[in-house]
Amino acid sequence: AYRDEDGEPWVLPVVLDLEKKLVQSVTYNHEYILFLGTDSFKTLAPRLILGEESPALRTGRAFGVQTVSGTSALRVGAELLARYYNYTTFYISDPTWDNHELTFLYAGFSTSRKYRYWDPVKRGVDFEGLIEDLREAPENSVIVLQLCAHNPTGCDLTKKQWTEVADVMQERKLFTFFDAAYQGLASGNLEEDAWAVRYFADRGFEMLIAQTFSKNMGLYGERIGCLTVVLAKGRSEDATNILSQLTLIARATYISPPKYGAEIVTAVLSDPELMEEWKKCLRVMVDRVLSMRSGLRERLEKMETPGDWEYITNQIGMFSFLGLTPRQVEYIRIKHHVHMLSNGRANMCGLNDKNIDKVAEAIHDTVTKVHD
Amino acid sequence: MATSSRIASVSTSLLKNNQYGISSVVGRASSWWSHVEMGPPDAILGVTEAYKRDTNPKKINLGVGAYRDDNGKPYVLPSVLKAEERLSAKKLDKEYAPIAGSAEFCNLSINLALGEDNEQSKNGLNATLQGISGTGSLRIGAAFLAKFFPGNKEVYLPTPSWGNHTPIFKHSGLNVQQYRYYDPKTCGFDFQGALQDIAKIPEKSIILFHACAHNPTGVDPKPEQWAEISKVVQQKKLFPFFDMAYQGFASGDVARDAFAVRHFVKNGHEIVLTQSYAKNMGLYGERAGAFSLITSSKEAAQTTLSQLKIIVRPMYSNPPIHGARIVTEILSDPSLKSQWLQDVKGMADRIISVRTQLRDNLKKEGSQRDWSHITDQIGMFCFTGMNQQQV
Repeated sequence: AYRDEDGEPWVLPVVLDLEKKLVQSVTYNHEYILFLGTDSFKTLAPRLILGEESPALRTGRAFGVQTVSGTSALRVGAELLARYYNYTTFYISDPTWDNHELTFLYAGFSTSRKYRYWDPVKRGVDFEGLIEDLREAPENSVIVLQLCAHNPTGCDLTKKQWTEVADVMQERKLFTFFDAAYQGLASGNLEEDAWAVRYFADRGFEMLIAQTFSKNMGLYGERIGCLTVVLAKGRSEDATNILSQLTLIARATYISPPKYGAEIVTAVLSDPELMEEWKKCLRVMVDRVLSMRSGLRERLEKMETPGDWEYITNQIGMFSFLGLTPRQVEYIRIKHHVHMLSNGRANMCGLNDKNIDKVAEAIHDTVTKVHD
Repeated sequence: MATSSRIASVSTSLLKNNQYGISSVVGRASSWWSHVEMGPPDAILGVTEAYKRDTNPKKINLGVGAYRDDNGKPYVLPSVLKAEERLSAKKLDKEYAPIAGSAEFCNLSINLALGEDNEQSKNGLNATLQGISGTGSLRIGAAFLAKFFPGNKEVYLPTPSWGNHTPIFKHSGLNVQQYRYYDPKTCGFDFQGALQDIAKIPEKSIILFHACAHNPTGVDPKPEQWAEISKVVQQKKLFPFFDMAYQGFASGDVARDAFAVRHFVKNGHEIVLTQSYAKNMGLYGERAGAFSLITSSKEAAQTTLSQLKIIVRPMYSNPPIHGARIVTEILSDPSLKSQWLQDVKGMADRIISVRTQLRDNLKKEGSQRDWSHITDQIGMFCFTGMNQQQV
């Protein structure tokens, strides 16, 4: 989760203001919303990820449904694929968010595979390995692709690399499932961050997209997500059947998604002024993370800490793979009380002016003392 | 055209796609979706849609499953409004709740169900989680039982039951069976039929009960009948699953509405309990509910809780905070709680008075039929006894 410069959770000012108005409005209530969310949410959320001009949305061959967070969007999408279309095999990046695998397995997939992603030597993407693994994936494998701000490595593909991935996906008849958890929080620009999914849509890919407003609108605990389905050109009539299957999944799991957070999202996305406010909040968060990244890198380079620290500023989003080994992670925790995931994932938001010196020194000490 | 062996088995969709002459943009001539069947339409939604299409200015909607005030409008409880004002002033963050929801919410929920000084929560015998309203809690229960229930993985539902019970259990991989419940001749509870059927259920099966305000019939067993049922359930070693969606909303008294649940627990049954705050706190769309497993040991409560969390994480990670915070605010504050109890009683009383008026007006209109079932039944719903054609 994002943390401000005091290390505290940050409710976005645009959200705070909106909440006050919302609760006082005469039409405020807690009535049921329909199984798949309100009409406005279902229009606005997919539009955010696919773009205002999206031909797929305009012709109705792309459509979205509200879910109970991003996890739920992944789960509902995975259940659709596994239960109704009998997909059996999925690929996730190595490494990936720790909940991806179980989500697909519980949805009914039988086979979990990984495609190479993190290169510990380069401290970047093992792109050749990635392409090799996709080339060898069986037809009809579902490939989970993180749109931007890769969790946990912070390493994203370049535009050119995305086009190559698209080529292989098409050639090998692999199914695309985008996980879009950080739109706006990678570069700070909503359109820029959505480039890859829009490129795939332009190329005519059929795919599923899981979106969440947990991080980019700071709505974490409100559990607001969206599952968007993109069909091939000329296949819009499949939409009705798919929507009815999605309805059945929703009904048997939670009936309808939560109302409150969805109203906040809808209010922001439908109001140009609020959109501008929101974009400012995104910049605040991204700029802070960027300054922490460069601050950490500067300090390590100044101390001449062994290693090449350029990747800290090459990586993007909240998380970074600092390249510490498990032993180093343990050491830095015990000796310096600096906590990170055992796989070496560090949340850049946890850094601030008060602790960045200490963390830099801790890394310096760890890397010089602990060798694997 | 290259296709996988799996798609070849759905040959009708391939032919359909060929007619459109779709170019293989994705390398496959067909869409991935063409063989998807249309799912069955939702019965309750269908009623609302018919109501919307009805152009008659005097139309009336008796299909909706939400409370309406005397003007037919949605009702936000005064205690809920007050709780929300207080929450605004607290300036809380929106951090993720724990996977099981907040501990406070869970404790307040189980204590509402079982009573303030219940032995189970005092001794840590319950594994309780926040669920996505009643449905989400049912789903957690179904998934847990499908994975861990050591007995016969069949759920026996009363006839009739809420329309969504069957899809939830089936979706989780449990079979669904029936036991007699509603007697259309009397528009009342078929006590003998129920006992007979329950006695025939294979040992160690799961039996579901509506704790109060049975949906859709409005017919509840009397306390002495619940006591009988409890004995038979014990004799036949059946596992009770209580769905309590209307505590407080049935009689207006939370203790009275929880009688069956409390009776079973006091008599030593280990039960599953699902609770919903959709109707009794009017929190419908905010999806606040709770799932509890009442076990016989602290260890069992802890191990089952850990497994329940494993089921929740790949479903939606953690539950929504807004509705749960309102519940917590109300139940943890004596004055708000007592305001809420009044609000709930008010809703229950209005329903009871509407039932009485309906019954009286039917008599006034000259109807010779026995309409006493309208006031004998309890809760939001009433099985009118009309047939399909009359409807």
